[in-house]
Amino acid sequence: MFDLDKWQEITTALKKNKLRTILTGLGVMFGILILVTLLGIGRGFQNNIQSSLGNFATNSTVFWVERTTKPYKGLPRNRFYQFTNEDLVAIKQSVPELKNIAPEINGWSGNATNNTFRKDKKGNFRIKGTSPEMNMVNPVDITAGRFINENDLRENRKVITIGPRVKELMFDKDEDPIGQYLKVNGIYLKIVGTIKPLSQNMGNRDDIIQLPYTTLQRMYNRGDKFYSFLATAKVGESVEELQNSIFDILARRHSIHPDDKQAIGNFNIAKLFNKIFGLFNSIGFLFWVIGFGVLLTGIIGVSNIMHVVVKERTKELGIKRAIGASPREVVGQIINESVFLTTFAGFWGLVLGVLIVEGIGKMTEGSPNPQILNPYVDINVAFIALGVLVFFGVLAGLLPAQRAIRIKPVDALRYE
Amino acid sequence: MIRLQNIHKSYITGTNKLHVLKGIDLHIKEGELVSIMGSSGSGKSTLLNILGLLDNHDEGVYILNNQEIKSMSETKAAKLRNNLLGFVFQSFNLISFKNAMENVALPLYYQKVARKKRNKMALDYLDKMGLKDWAEHMPNELSGGQKQRVAIARSMITQPKIILADEPTGALDSKTSIEVMDLLKEINQSGITVIIVTHENDIAHMTDRIINLKDGRIESIIENNKINSKETIRVPQE
Repeated sequence: MFDLDKWQEITTALKKNKLRTILTGLGVMFGILILVTLLGIGRGFQNNIQSSLGNFATNSTVFWVERTTKPYKGLPRNRFYQFTNEDLVAIKQSVPELKNIAPEINGWSGNATNNTFRKDKKGNFRIKGTSPEMNMVNPVDITAGRFINENDLRENRKVITIGPRVKELMFDKDEDPIGQYLKVNGIYLKIVGTIKPLSQNMGNRDDIIQLPYTTLQRMYNRGDKFYSFLATAKVGESVEELQNSIFDILARRHSIHPDDKQAIGNFNIAKLFNKIFGLFNSIGFLFWVIGFGVLLTGIIGVSNIMHVVVKERTKELGIKRAIGASPREVVGQIINESVFLTTFAGFWGLVLGVLIVEGIGKMTEGSPNPQILNPYVDINVAFIALGVLVFFGVLAGLLPAQRAIRIKPVDALRYE
Repeated sequence: MIRLQNIHKSYITGTNKLHVLKGIDLHIKEGELVSIMGSSGSGKSTLLNILGLLDNHDEGVYILNNQEIKSMSETKAAKLRNNLLGFVFQSFNLISFKNAMENVALPLYYQKVARKKRNKMALDYLDKMGLKDWAEHMPNELSGGQKQRVAIARSMITQPKIILADEPTGALDSKTSIEVMDLLKEINQSGITVIIVTHENDIAHMTDRIINLKDGRIESIIENNKINSKETIRVPQE
């Protein structure tokens, strides 16, 4: 495998015109460097958007109440209604494609005045009703204790989970919040768990207090009513169909005209997500195309130089053939050089690219609102890039090598 | 060893067809020392290239070492050149970035001889040429005569049956020329067929047989055996 003579041939040939070799190598190096960096940054963009979506169920839809726009069954238009907890039961019973359904209810946040007290500590937090199903749709990490469960919901228990900001402000560093009480809008609630939102952008934030939505309905005298809920479709089910089924049930239950689509606010989150993912896939693809293009330019440079090298060495190759070098050996030698040049330069491009991507990662790590999150170079991408380099190295050498053996040895010998 | 029958060769340059060899019949026996003479354009180099499998003939029969050479693949031709033939050129054709020893050893590389072994053999051959001390020198550090001796060593290292020398003394002064010729004669005496292309009478007269080419045909063949004794060689005056 390791043939000293072959290596000597390669290095002497490449050393003969060092500047040219280095410049050619730089072409390939920058090609792979740009490819790797672009892909790493693209990955960072994608990570950022994905993290800001915080594992929010992508095949979901949101409903909210509006006023009716058509009179129906003797009821006037411009009528106001609210969703009820029975709606949820009804939907669950009759929509087979439904996976989760969870009402969105927010408590009174106190309008910048403090709404939460404990001993001498106080704070203004966002109070949200939740349910185990809500945690399937828009999940949070449970860092200690437990999440709100079905029993809490059924029995309207006065239990809460709190976000990290709440814990930080309402407790001393060495205090364990679990089992402690917070006075929220005048009512004492027991902490059963601490949580961490996966994203600050999807409704859950670090300053959140979550309680069973049934408890919240009671606390604020909402009865069994609410204005908005989220629903997700089962895997493989269409969100549009889910929307239609839910609309039909709600329209029937609330005496809304079947054609009065504006009476029930509805938004297909899945569609939005698909658009976002589509956008990022396109960007990723574009990055591949650009990076690959630059790499190709570098490789064409190598092929070009190999052409010149072969032309310059026509006589030397002629001598070698006269004393017994077979065409295969001549071709092999040129391809070896070309592959060595591309792979060697490409390897350093890869190393530099990885370092740059790492550097960008380090730079953006601490920033509160990063555009790029955890960029990294996929090891597969690195291998693919190296494979491509070897492949194109062979190709870049093959054309000039073919030329070198097409000319007869006698003409090669005579070449000056 | 070599038998040529009605060998034709033409070159096509654009619309012109240049008929270089117009039917060569020739028989060279094993162990002969033959020179091919002729003015420039007579086809002597073309003939040598065909003999050396560096070029192919258009027509006729060429039998080399009992083997007919006909539209042969380059791979096979390269192998035959490597095993059977040794080349000595007017411009030496040493590889400039390899030292004398590596140059001599190169043909063995293509026979897949191990590096140590072939370098040792190369040193032996350089020693025979009196160049052992120059083994590590690059070609541009050697004189013309030394370069040609390195080239001869390179042609000898595969122990070929035939040495083909294209104007081996063309780039050398007369004293060195004689040294090189003596060397070639010595090689010939060891049983190797030597074919020399030259346009110098003195050189041709040191061989056993002179084949005179003119306009692509053999004009005359002079058997030199009788006059080729030491006394009849005119030593050029310096």
